[in-house]
Amino acid sequence: MDTPAPLLELHNVHKSFRVGKTRITAVADVSFLVRPGTITGLLGPDGAGKTTLMRLCAGLLVPNEGRVVALGFDSSKEAARIQQSVGYMPQRFGLYEDLTVQENLDLFSDLQGVPRETRAARYGELLRLTGLGPFGRRLARDLSGGMKQKLGLACTLVRPPRLLLLDEPTVGVDPISRRELWAIVSGLVEGQETGILISTAYLDEAERCGHVLLIHKGMVLEEGAPADFRERMAGRSFFATATGLSGRAIQAQVAGEEAFFDAVVQREGVRVVMRPGAHLPVLPGIAFVPVEPRFEDAFVERLRGVLAGTAGTAGTAGTAGTAGTAGTAGTAGTAGTAGTAGTAGTAGTANASDVMIEVRDLRRFFGSFEAVKSISFQVERGRIFGLLGANGAGKTTTFRMLCGLLPPSSGTLMVAGIDVRAAPAMARAHMGYMSQKFSLYGDLSVAQNLSFFSAAYGLKGTQRAARLRWAAEAFELAAFWDTNGNDLALGFKRRLALACALIHEPKILFLDEPTSGVDPLARREFWGRINALADSGVTIMVTTHFMEEAEYCDELVLMSLGSILAAGTPTEIRARVRTADRPNPTMEDAFVALIEEHEAQTRRAS
Amino acid sequence: MNAQRLRGLIRKEALQILRDPSSIAIAFVMPFFLLLLFGYGVSLDARHVPVALVADHATAETSAFFAGFRQSPYFRPRTYADMAAARQALMERRVDGIIWLRSSFTRRAVRSATAPIGVIVNGVNANNARIIKGYVQGVWGLWLGTQAQERGESLVVPVDVRSRVWFNPALRSRDYLVPGLIAVIMTLIGALLTALVVAREWERGTMEALMASPATIAEILIGKVIPYFALGMGGMTLSVFMAIAVFAVPLVGSLWLLFACSALFLLTALGMGLLISTIARNQFVAGMIALVTTFLPAFILSGFIFDINSMPWPIRAITHIIAARYFVSTLQTLFLAGDVWPVIARNMAALGLIAVFFFVVVVRISHKRLD
Repeated sequence: MDTPAPLLELHNVHKSFRVGKTRITAVADVSFLVRPGTITGLLGPDGAGKTTLMRLCAGLLVPNEGRVVALGFDSSKEAARIQQSVGYMPQRFGLYEDLTVQENLDLFSDLQGVPRETRAARYGELLRLTGLGPFGRRLARDLSGGMKQKLGLACTLVRPPRLLLLDEPTVGVDPISRRELWAIVSGLVEGQETGILISTAYLDEAERCGHVLLIHKGMVLEEGAPADFRERMAGRSFFATATGLSGRAIQAQVAGEEAFFDAVVQREGVRVVMRPGAHLPVLPGIAFVPVEPRFEDAFVERLRGVLAGTAGTAGTAGTAGTAGTAGTAGTAGTAGTAGTAGTAGTAGTANASDVMIEVRDLRRFFGSFEAVKSISFQVERGRIFGLLGANGAGKTTTFRMLCGLLPPSSGTLMVAGIDVRAAPAMARAHMGYMSQKFSLYGDLSVAQNLSFFSAAYGLKGTQRAARLRWAAEAFELAAFWDTNGNDLALGFKRRLALACALIHEPKILFLDEPTSGVDPLARREFWGRINALADSGVTIMVTTHFMEEAEYCDELVLMSLGSILAAGTPTEIRARVRTADRPNPTMEDAFVALIEEHEAQTRRAS
Repeated sequence: MNAQRLRGLIRKEALQILRDPSSIAIAFVMPFFLLLLFGYGVSLDARHVPVALVADHATAETSAFFAGFRQSPYFRPRTYADMAAARQALMERRVDGIIWLRSSFTRRAVRSATAPIGVIVNGVNANNARIIKGYVQGVWGLWLGTQAQERGESLVVPVDVRSRVWFNPALRSRDYLVPGLIAVIMTLIGALLTALVVAREWERGTMEALMASPATIAEILIGKVIPYFALGMGGMTLSVFMAIAVFAVPLVGSLWLLFACSALFLLTALGMGLLISTIARNQFVAGMIALVTTFLPAFILSGFIFDINSMPWPIRAITHIIAARYFVSTLQTLFLAGDVWPVIARNMAALGLIAVFFFVVVVRISHKRLD
């Protein structure tokens, strides 16, 4: 078989940046090829070095060591030639927000030197491909997140490039738009001429690539075809359930088992993955049902393996890995209980009638536009409740009303027994909030951030000192006590953010896409803490369009166009779209199917 | 240089200018208000200065002397009964000076002996104090002349000064302040326009997309300069129009030369703005730097208000690198004196050098690279 010449070659590429007085290595000894007709995926969490690699490939950065050759041009010498021929879509694609769709296309056609005669045909094709046809005269700023990404892609494609570099095109995009973007991208390699390098933090997108590189801390952990990974993991993933036992109780039992290297609590059971060659252990009362392996399983295995490899003491480190998650979750659990002493007593016996959030006929208008259409739901104490929806579904509006930041137009809104409409400030005293982005003070130290938030919530004297001590212990922040927020590693930033959100012992914790783009181990650690908090009686409200996170919820509501489409446990919601040819629908399948159905109905009705 | 790419960039910039009113506000609304504010507010002429008149012993002679003050447009005199009251008024800043005629004034004046006049000036505002002193001398000189005439004598003065003020015979400070003001305002506007827009591209992430496109650095920079040059010249036209129509400043020199010099000056300001935003990459920081490094030096070190020759030499040396210095002198010359080629040629050469310097530096430090 003759393999066509690669379009992009990286040979032992190193890249480091000077930050203050230290040098930070962003990419270390990376080599790979991109061939025509394939989609090569760079998969890894935020901060893994994906964007640096993309910029190296586009000639926007030059390697300290090694060579990048794109379309035959060496990036150190002929960056301008590379930029004349590749298509590169940066992560925050530079759309001009005050230009229309058409004007953006015109600008990039001018820049790419697309001859005027061929434009009409090309535009027609791109607009058909992206479904942006009817929006030619709309300003880019008025497009939804998904449409913006599609327009960015269209602008990159005005002149069909042989090598296409896409840096996280699906980040922050709802599942429906994600599928559409992937459909476009997959179509581009059909002619066997174009090669695509695409990066993503969503591990479930690996399946759509022809070749995958797992990137972690600037290094390639592993590469291969998705099928290779699937094969390696086949028959090793199970869902463990036991009648009368909660997920966390099951996890406590399976965590000690040598056979498993991963155990993640999901609603009524635990998802476990076996070590290669291990046998399924027999545990009294626990039933194991085989489940589809996920790409993430392979990543976690490799990450744990890497931890073992570098530690030198492979065996112990391996167990430390598993014990680590359980262990930290455990400490968080105990610390959480100790911290929330008042609620701890009722923790295990959370009363079913103990409603913490009650929403009835909630509506919100913006002018004549009804953003939230008379929704109702309630959340009991100690539950993890998910609010899902596509971009523009009304999630953020609902969320802001719950927090008392936006007055509802009508309806009832009770949080922790307090009418939010009447006393928003009082209700807010019982809430903690952690956003997707790092929203703390980067120039203040860990201690100063915590002190500030405790003061802002009115904690004083010994109570405040006790909470600061709690934060230092429960989140293992003591070692970084005087480090500035900006200088923390990503994982510790999230820990600090969570500590700040919990410093005043809120009864309700709001999380906005808390773990999108986080590496799987850090995500496990984070959800371990959240589960422990929920067990101690804190009610958790999550807004997300990241399907992975939905699986961690006890209950969900799915919103579209301002109303609730579906409510129930993740299992119930998945079951709603089960069909003969889709016996095991994923949460994403359910999301896409329900929303598309609803949108179609709404369009028919109007 | 590729014409299609450049045209695309310029058209994009023009569309953005039309959609986002902030650039238009900077180019037109800002000079309009700044000119009104400073044009009416900043005046170095002392008029209607409140002064206290105190005569210890009021007579026909003292009133004749004071009449000079009452008729002068520069003073707004008030009579006080005694020095204590006048001193109090000066302390409370109700008056800026005191003219004090002692009880012996009439006796001595009538005897043609030397009559002392007490003039006390509030020196807190040194500039105003100097002007008041000068005016008082003028009034007193006039009075002496009339006195001599009344007695049929001619006042014998050893020298006869016949001073003529050229180019601004009425000594209206506004006539030279307004052209200087235009220079200061255009410095600010020129730098602010480019400083903000390039930083905005960095902030919004659009710069990365431009960098990764086939467009060259020169094309990207020229694509920025041309639209904002046009906008800046629009602001300049408005300023010149206001100077002539609103503030009645005469334009002695030729209009085409005025615009040619302005075009050259605008290039230095735009170049400076480009340099600022290339370094800052953040709109807020770029805006602050633009304010501090353009407006303040242009205001203080350009000779617009403060005479450069009376500055100590290190500061005088610094003024040579400030583009506004050359433009202030050019505008003042063109408005009031006319096309004085030696002055204008020298200034234009300096402006040309500065503009070339900024653009060379910007091109040198801009790479199509992100590190």
